[in-house]
Amino acid sequence: MENTVQLEEQFNAKLDKGEFIEPKDWMPEKYRKTLIRQISQHAHSEIIGMQPEGNWITRAPSLRRKAVLLAKVQDEAGHGLYLYSAAETMGISRDELLDQLHTGKAKYSSIFNYQTLTWADMGAVGWLVDGAAIINQVMLQRTSYGPYSRAMVRICKEESFHQRQGYEIMCALAAGTPEQKAMAQDALNRWWWPTLMMFGPKDSESKNSTDSIRWKIKRETNDELRQKFIDRTVAQAEHLGLVIPDPELKWNEERGHYDSGEINWEEFWNVVEGRGPCNHIRLKVRVAAHENGAWVREAANAYAAKKAKREAGSLVA
Amino acid sequence: MSVNSQQALFEYALRLGDNALILGHRLSEWTANGPILEEDIALTNIALDLVGQSRMLLSYAGEIEGKGRTEDDLAYYRQSAEFRNALLTETDNGDFAQTIARQLFYSVFADQLLQGLQKSTDATFAGYAAKAIKENAYHLRHAAEWTLRLGDGTDESKRRMQEGVDKLWMFTGDLFATTEADMQLVSAGIVPDVSTFREAWLKRVSDVLTEATLTVPESNWFQSGSRNGIHTEALSYLLGEMQSLARAYPGANW
Amino acid sequence: MSTTDNQWPLWEVFVQAKTGTPHKHCGSVHAPDKEMALQNARDLYTRRSEGTSIWVVPATAITASSPEDIGPFFEPSNDKPYRHPTFYVTPEGIKYL
Repeated sequence: MENTVQLEEQFNAKLDKGEFIEPKDWMPEKYRKTLIRQISQHAHSEIIGMQPEGNWITRAPSLRRKAVLLAKVQDEAGHGLYLYSAAETMGISRDELLDQLHTGKAKYSSIFNYQTLTWADMGAVGWLVDGAAIINQVMLQRTSYGPYSRAMVRICKEESFHQRQGYEIMCALAAGTPEQKAMAQDALNRWWWPTLMMFGPKDSESKNSTDSIRWKIKRETNDELRQKFIDRTVAQAEHLGLVIPDPELKWNEERGHYDSGEINWEEFWNVVEGRGPCNHIRLKVRVAAHENGAWVREAANAYAAKKAKREAGSLVA
Repeated sequence: MSVNSQQALFEYALRLGDNALILGHRLSEWTANGPILEEDIALTNIALDLVGQSRMLLSYAGEIEGKGRTEDDLAYYRQSAEFRNALLTETDNGDFAQTIARQLFYSVFADQLLQGLQKSTDATFAGYAAKAIKENAYHLRHAAEWTLRLGDGTDESKRRMQEGVDKLWMFTGDLFATTEADMQLVSAGIVPDVSTFREAWLKRVSDVLTEATLTVPESNWFQSGSRNGIHTEALSYLLGEMQSLARAYPGANW
Repeated sequence: MSTTDNQWPLWEVFVQAKTGTPHKHCGSVHAPDKEMALQNARDLYTRRSEGTSIWVVPATAITASSPEDIGPFFEPSNDKPYRHPTFYVTPEGIKYL
């Protein structure tokens, strides 16, 4: 018992000095659990996040856009893999993590339960959703768990093009025909509020936030990050000549920030709890890919076993 | 260049570009549906190589034609009968085994074709081939490795792999079809004569299939038609999807 | 979902960015065997031409020191400054030492 107290003191001292926690270091059980939950949730979000954009790869309106979108969705698979690897260093297998996703035990970012209805959604997702994600991810580069931090550094480096390509799509639409511009505005209307919800519940109502901040897993709160996103995005929308669908959005000189309207938290919680437009389809597609691939994974294992046996045999002979 | 040989070169560039575009499009359909995440990434890499190749080739086709058509005009505003891709490339993905069989058949052929094209007297073709041959070498390696694993894996994977091979076999003959116009290009040293590839193709494919404990199909009956724009039904659906957005807003910039 | 299903064994990936530089650990992949491990590592970690060479090692083949080893392993070298060139006094004006 005393030992645990001592270990926890050492652990906290390390965090205070700004040192990283590495896989073999002692860590409080709750730190481990919180991290596994957060990293795997993050990984699941990347993987499920392939679907809303994957929808439009086959319909991309130019070959350049097609290549870019393919590369972007591929990056998401890659980022999912980096994150699963980071989670695996905490002694949980990817098999278990995927099982939690497939059985609905693990959550992923609710934003991916919204539909991508038009091409402009490819722009809005890149610009807004990736823009919001980057704010979170830049912070997570300094997260206290070494493997998570390293994964985030790599991810941030690679993701820098994601938001740009989204904004570029929006620019093309905003400068295009009246129909294209309307398409862009419609996408902004539908994605603005769900994007703000990505930062999670208000600080006053977030049950996980305090521990995460104390352990330096997170370094800024949900509300701080959300504010940062709004402040950055307003000028970008103005440049496009599009209107952010929040009549209460107004610069507050005193605070040095934009004031904004209230998020529809009822919608937020309903989507989190499974009643978003695409919760069922996203999970169904993921589980189908997993199940349809089972025979492929088994075949590769069987071949590897045969080959190992043959090689061992030839060594003896 | 005579009008005839210009037309022949245009057709050939289209054929190369369409092969890359249609096969790349098919592979892109695997995104988010792969058997394991690592494989999602592998298939997307191949798709990206091919889409990249198609852009270069269709742009070149547009240049040869000289009517100001861009890569996108050619990709999005032609009807199925105007496409020149080999029938094999448009076949549906089927299961993972069928996709691998298609990739093996195509990549072996592409390796032969690109080796010949590297020596082309046409600088653009030669430059294209020099780049694409490396990409294709990886596609071939990937397909061959998977053929081994599926053929010599479990009973189920062997059955599926054999089915994929058998099902696609009749579309492989079309790869080697040549037209009179092709022969003009061959004699000018612009393209290799693909009709001479067949035996070596069969040998290389058979070697992989045999090592994978699979049976090489015996049928000598092959579908043809892509050189004249006669495709399978699958292509019109593929184009219906691929071209839908571009065609809904003609003239728009994206 | 069966518990026997798996995601293949884990491999650690080391990539050399340029010839002449050391291979650096950059993460891991899952793969059924070494050839596929190499391919998967290539597809995942060199998408932006980050590499000239890749090593893959089964994760189970790596033996790592543990945090308790920090003292006995690494501290004894702290009091041996004579292993560093700055420990030595060089007469002024003498070059190429």
